[in-house]
Amino acid sequence: MTANDWPLWEVFVRSRRGLSHSHAGSLHAPDAEMALRNARDLYTRRAEGVSIWVVPSTQITASSPDEKDSFFEPAGDKPYRHPTFYKIPEGVRHL
Amino acid sequence: MTTAATVEEAAPQAGLLAAFESALAEDSRIEPRDWMPDAYRATLIRQMAQHAHSEIIGMQPEANWISRAPSLRRKAILMAKVQDEAGHGLYLYSAAETLGVGRDELLDKLHAGRQRYSSIFNYPTLTWADVGAVGWLVDGAAITNQVPLCRCSYGPYARAMVRICKEESFHQRQGYELLLALSRGTEAQHAMAQDAVDRWWWPSLMMFGPPDTESGHSEQSMAWKIKRHSNDELRQRFVDICVPQAEVLGLTLPDPDLRWNEERGAHDFGDIDWTEFHEVLRGNGPCNEQRITQRRTAHEQGAWVREAATAYAAKQGTEHGEVR
Amino acid sequence: MNPVLVSTALPLGDDALVLAQRLGEWAGHAPVLEEDVALANIALDLLGQARVLLSLVGDEDELAFGREERAFRNVQLVEQPNGDFAHTIARQLYFSTYQELLYTELAQGDSELAPLAAKAVKEVAYHHDHARQWTLRLGDGTAESHERMQRGLDALWRFTGELFQPVEGLGTDLGALREPWLERVSAVVRQATLTMPEGPDVTSWSAGAGRQGIHTESFGRMLAEMQHLHRAHPGATW
Repeated sequence: MTANDWPLWEVFVRSRRGLSHSHAGSLHAPDAEMALRNARDLYTRRAEGVSIWVVPSTQITASSPDEKDSFFEPAGDKPYRHPTFYKIPEGVRHL
Repeated sequence: MTTAATVEEAAPQAGLLAAFESALAEDSRIEPRDWMPDAYRATLIRQMAQHAHSEIIGMQPEANWISRAPSLRRKAILMAKVQDEAGHGLYLYSAAETLGVGRDELLDKLHAGRQRYSSIFNYPTLTWADVGAVGWLVDGAAITNQVPLCRCSYGPYARAMVRICKEESFHQRQGYELLLALSRGTEAQHAMAQDAVDRWWWPSLMMFGPPDTESGHSEQSMAWKIKRHSNDELRQRFVDICVPQAEVLGLTLPDPDLRWNEERGAHDFGDIDWTEFHEVLRGNGPCNEQRITQRRTAHEQGAWVREAATAYAAKQGTEHGEVR
Repeated sequence: MNPVLVSTALPLGDDALVLAQRLGEWAGHAPVLEEDVALANIALDLLGQARVLLSLVGDEDELAFGREERAFRNVQLVEQPNGDFAHTIARQLYFSTYQELLYTELAQGDSELAPLAAKAVKEVAYHHDHARQWTLRLGDGTAESHERMQRGLDALWRFTGELFQPVEGLGTDLGALREPWLERVSAVVRQATLTMPEGPDVTSWSAGAGRQGIHTESFGRMLAEMQHLHRAHPGATW
């Protein structure tokens, strides 16, 4: 990295209270404080957020698409984790 | 995220290409860490960089009128629009970076003239009405081009375009409203509006690129679902949209051959001066030199600021988000 | 026209309008794209404040585009040309600190400016934060940025005294804001490893300054550019 090349940050925005932060995009900033401010100016110009996280892009560990099978498929055969798996007699409420 | 480039280094194992192609066939999205053919990656980088550069260079012809906007309402609108363009450039650079290319690298290429931006911004904004014509015609043409990109096969590009299209909807409307006020205003204002439309109409049609018979990249880009419609298709769509809008404006489009073709169910229009198009592309437009010089100057004169912030972060130990 | 508003809303509105005009000149010239966005945000906030304030006095456009230089009541600080980025940041630091203190006071009062001040105080707090962050980075960045930042602070110092001249009808003792202003500015300046400028904070010219309609040379040119189109089409609507 040269002095002219600020590091990249990933930006996560909570669009309103009660929702989780979701990935909005990335930006460049010299440090965390400026990254937050730049994110505010860039990603919430139209009042799109109430809270922002910034994370250095280099600090993110991602699952690899090659691991797709071993990572995500085992969960695919556990339908009992989903509520629609269970049959409930008609008329039973609040379940 | 920037971790993308590493994946393609692995020898393209059997099945990778097939997985890529079946994702395209299913109209699914390609994501940064997926394997993709080198040429697909290169095409995307070229296109996204050019798109980002266009937003950044595109700030200049409009910023030219911020200081002179004739009402405070118009000044605020124009400032917000130029600011959006900087923002859109940033979204697009950020999307391009997911392909493993740095923004500084892309900017260097722009400054060195090795990557392009849309030729339309090499035309000057000579009067206030040009701000309106740019909004109505240039943004209109850009939107016609961009809406299909929201379904582009590359996920980060498509997502950036969704955000951009949403934000840009006001850009075109403010331009149209501005022209309408001029057209219905004094005689001098009306003349100003007509003059601007006369100058911007043909360059706007050129924004869709060379005719399909000559367009080098189109076919492959369509197959990859980076592009969804041909240049001529989009150009025709744009002309058909503009004709009734011009009527409401009370302004004429400067093309004697423009008329409704009942049989085709579309407007016929005159020949585009492709010599001018190629000359402007080659660097011989009225503002090529001026635009790139201003961009380069801003970048060079800003170097000490960027260096200062880097140095400060290093002293504070906060450069990579280390908490003090 | 309400004479109290003429004497209060006009100067504050002119401050905001003129600074917005200056900041707008940065569009497309900022040292980094993120700052193009940030400076435009600040300019838009200020322009919004100006429109509310001028509208309290009369027609915003007539006031912005129809007045001669001598009728503008803004302080000279805000009309100073942008200079380099450090110069702009120094102007921002001085002015946003003042505006934050002033609007905080006004928001607590019951004048007709109170509603505007209550909304604007959040905006100017952000402007102050922006100026502070950059003063720290430029002051404590490289040798070059340190020197430029110090030069900006020094060059604009002579325009800071005017901020605390009384504004008739405001109901706020502006002179009393000087102490907290000095405290805040010098805290940032010291943290940025810079030194507070010495010497007089006003010029010695007895004719007065911006609040009396006496401006600096570059202001006339700025207004000429800002007003020419509007004035070239008398009575036109845009």
